[in-house]
Amino acid sequence: MTWVNDVVQGIMLGGFYALLACGLALMFGLMRIINLAHGDLAVLGAYLVYLLLEHWNTSPFLGFVAVLPVMLLIGYVLQRVLLERSLRSGLLVPLLTTFGLSIVIQNLLDQGFSPDDRSLGASAGNIATASWQITSQLSIPAIGALALGVAIVIFGGLQLFLSKTGPGRQMRATAQDPDTAELVGINSRAVYARATAIAVAIAAVGGVFLAIRSSFTPYSGPTYLIFAFEAVVIGGLGSSLWATLAGGIVLGVAQTIGGQINPEYPILAGHIVFLAVLASPRGGLLNLRRATA
Amino acid sequence: MKTPRSAAEPSAISRWTRTSAGFTTGFAGLIVALAFVPALNAGVVQDMTGLLILVLMAVMWNALAGYGGLISIGQQAYIGLGAYATVWLCNHAVNPFLAMVIATAFCGAASIPLSFLLLRFRGAQFAIGTWVVAEALAIWVSFDNALGAGTGTSLFQLDRYAPGPREHYIYWLTLAMAVLFLGALFVLLRSRLGSSLQAIRDDEDAAASVGVRVVAGKRTLFVLAATGAGAAGAMTLANTLFIEPTSIFSVNYTALMIFMVLVGGLGTFEGPIIGAIILYFVQHQFGNDGVWYFVGLGGAAILFALLLPRGVWGTLEERTGLRCMPLGYQVRRAAVAPPAREPD
Amino acid sequence: MTLLAIDHLQLRHGLLEAVRDFSLSVGEGETVALVGANGAGKTTLLRAIAGAHRASAGTISFDGDDITRVPAHRRVRMGIALVPEGRRLFPSLTVEENLLVAADGGRGGRWTVDSVIAAFPLLARLRDQRAATLSGGEQQATAIGRALMTNPRLLLLDEVSLGLAPLAVDAVYESLPVLIAGGATILLVEQDLTRAMKAADRIVCLLEGQLVLEGARDQLTREQITDAYFGLHRTRGVSA
Repeated sequence: MTWVNDVVQGIMLGGFYALLACGLALMFGLMRIINLAHGDLAVLGAYLVYLLLEHWNTSPFLGFVAVLPVMLLIGYVLQRVLLERSLRSGLLVPLLTTFGLSIVIQNLLDQGFSPDDRSLGASAGNIATASWQITSQLSIPAIGALALGVAIVIFGGLQLFLSKTGPGRQMRATAQDPDTAELVGINSRAVYARATAIAVAIAAVGGVFLAIRSSFTPYSGPTYLIFAFEAVVIGGLGSSLWATLAGGIVLGVAQTIGGQINPEYPILAGHIVFLAVLASPRGGLLNLRRATA
Repeated sequence: MKTPRSAAEPSAISRWTRTSAGFTTGFAGLIVALAFVPALNAGVVQDMTGLLILVLMAVMWNALAGYGGLISIGQQAYIGLGAYATVWLCNHAVNPFLAMVIATAFCGAASIPLSFLLLRFRGAQFAIGTWVVAEALAIWVSFDNALGAGTGTSLFQLDRYAPGPREHYIYWLTLAMAVLFLGALFVLLRSRLGSSLQAIRDDEDAAASVGVRVVAGKRTLFVLAATGAGAAGAMTLANTLFIEPTSIFSVNYTALMIFMVLVGGLGTFEGPIIGAIILYFVQHQFGNDGVWYFVGLGGAAILFALLLPRGVWGTLEERTGLRCMPLGYQVRRAAVAPPAREPD
Repeated sequence: MTLLAIDHLQLRHGLLEAVRDFSLSVGEGETVALVGANGAGKTTLLRAIAGAHRASAGTISFDGDDITRVPAHRRVRMGIALVPEGRRLFPSLTVEENLLVAADGGRGGRWTVDSVIAAFPLLARLRDQRAATLSGGEQQATAIGRALMTNPRLLLLDEVSLGLAPLAVDAVYESLPVLIAGGATILLVEQDLTRAMKAADRIVCLLEGQLVLEGARDQLTREQITDAYFGLHRTRGVSA
């Protein structure tokens, strides 16, 4: 029955991936771009919390609350300064600029913090290591449950925001037809900037959780990006937010079960599932594939 | 009242201009001259091999991105595959240089089934798909102990050659590969595929509706780019002698390729070559500056993408109308006699 | 008083000139019909007035202010609303959401979701229906309603009869007097000359991007307009 434990662990892991994936899905759904620096921004969030905690002895969660406005600002500025211009130049340019940005962030972090492994687990205290023993073979890690819970709350909140609020409605309208959105008085640039701010902030949440669960380095970003993207694609690129959450969970489970088969296999297992979904005619768990960029 | 047209002579369509004829001749001459590089000292030969590898990488990445509109961030998959295939072949008693050639061809073959998977996508999905393939390959290779697993391996079979001649042979093979792939791209672009590629880049659906075989065109470029990258990988192994999965499959190669092509000129034939030369000098100047070197590369990529998206050569072409390679079409209208005017 | 003043406007699509040297004044409360063949530049002109198309030369003034460089969403707040060609509703938003999303960017005023639905009763039972599932006539009503939600002073209607059954078009034009009575200034593009002449105070004819005819409805004959529309008046001029 360790099998059941694996699935449960995988679901917990999926919560982390879903947090990483959420912002990516939001930006893709709205602007049709994949921010290749997304993972690095998540890592940046973790480093900022780390930096804060060096001066202020508190838990990473409180630290994050303080870092949150900074991440929102970073996302907003990123959109207005870099991505807005890229968007106007076609589909190739955003990929190239965000790739360049990714390289810059990684290496600046290396320069600022050294390439050593770091972790926020120690600062988090008990919660990083605690778990509830349900049966002799099934235990639920506290941090995993918390991450999953936070993911569900964030996804739910974002969904409510999009369907029930004015700014959320504007975002949905702009996603479908930015030209007409402008014609009915929506400032599309502001909408995009808000979305990027939210996306980056949520990515940072994921980054902090992962930093608590394990260690990170300046070069962890691309790995996070791959997981985030795999989660989005497995759920179905361009489909609902909840599909992305499901995709994250499937990825987590695939990795955990792969890890059971062979401790060297977890990440590869995730890649295989991703490629299999990509290859399948449906191209996604809950959605028909859209073969557009 | 309409004025009558005079009888005009038919227009002629030519592919060569004086400029392109001159330039191509010069280029051919340069290639011949390059064959004599091994007469110089050993350090230069190795450097030049490195430069040629950069040229090959840049040109092939541009073939996919600039001419095919497909941004790949996973060409390192074939760099690694080319290198490791060479190792595998040498471990099975194949002559090292022959192994490099076979490994290159193998990369091309391996890319065909991958193309069926990846070419259903465009844009970001394609990009990350290529990257995941590279990552998966890296992990898979690192499981194989015979290939050195995670710690790496070297091409010790090259030891049977003395250092001097060895470097010469490596250089000549690299030069031959570079010329081969540049030539193949040139031929491809001058063929019918070349014009259809422009159509595909402008509007895929419209191109398909006039009979352009979109996917076949993309697949051709995909396989060519993969084969070329495989060659670059095999030659990198030969030139550096030691490789390990994390470095030979590293996405840093993509960073280099993007830099070279963006700075040189995306979508131009000469641009990537210029970009490779620029990177070569940048590497020599800043290569030891560690992270700042990469920060600079990344920053330059951003600036060029936003401000000078056509790169150095592309902007030059745009501003001066210069066309060095005979890749376009010129319509030469014969002189028309002035029409006689009829009174109103 | 003049609400909209266009002065020597030039609009391009890339290198192609869509509208050349166009000048027009529209007084408050007027209804002006813009006629012309396909490709004459009518849609481009309306989009430029709304701010969705950048002018390459010339100026546009609204209520005395130069708005040539003002972005589209700010013009909405100033009181200009465009009902785009082809309706362009937000497909997965409901009718009510389509209306609401426009309200945020506009000015306050008498038009609310309830008053719009009162003006277009057929929308009453469609409030929660997704826009993509509506019929052409229902979409047109929603699109006009959406523009009204911004409480515009200048309403731009681009080919509202396009793709609609005649009855549906009738319904749309029947709602116009209500809007006009409410004080709106209307600039409408219409291919159907009969409807245009019935609905408008003034007719303006565009040909290949240039204004070729302009006049009050009762001063122009149908023949004059048709000639201008097809460019027949030019054959009596200099050789091509």
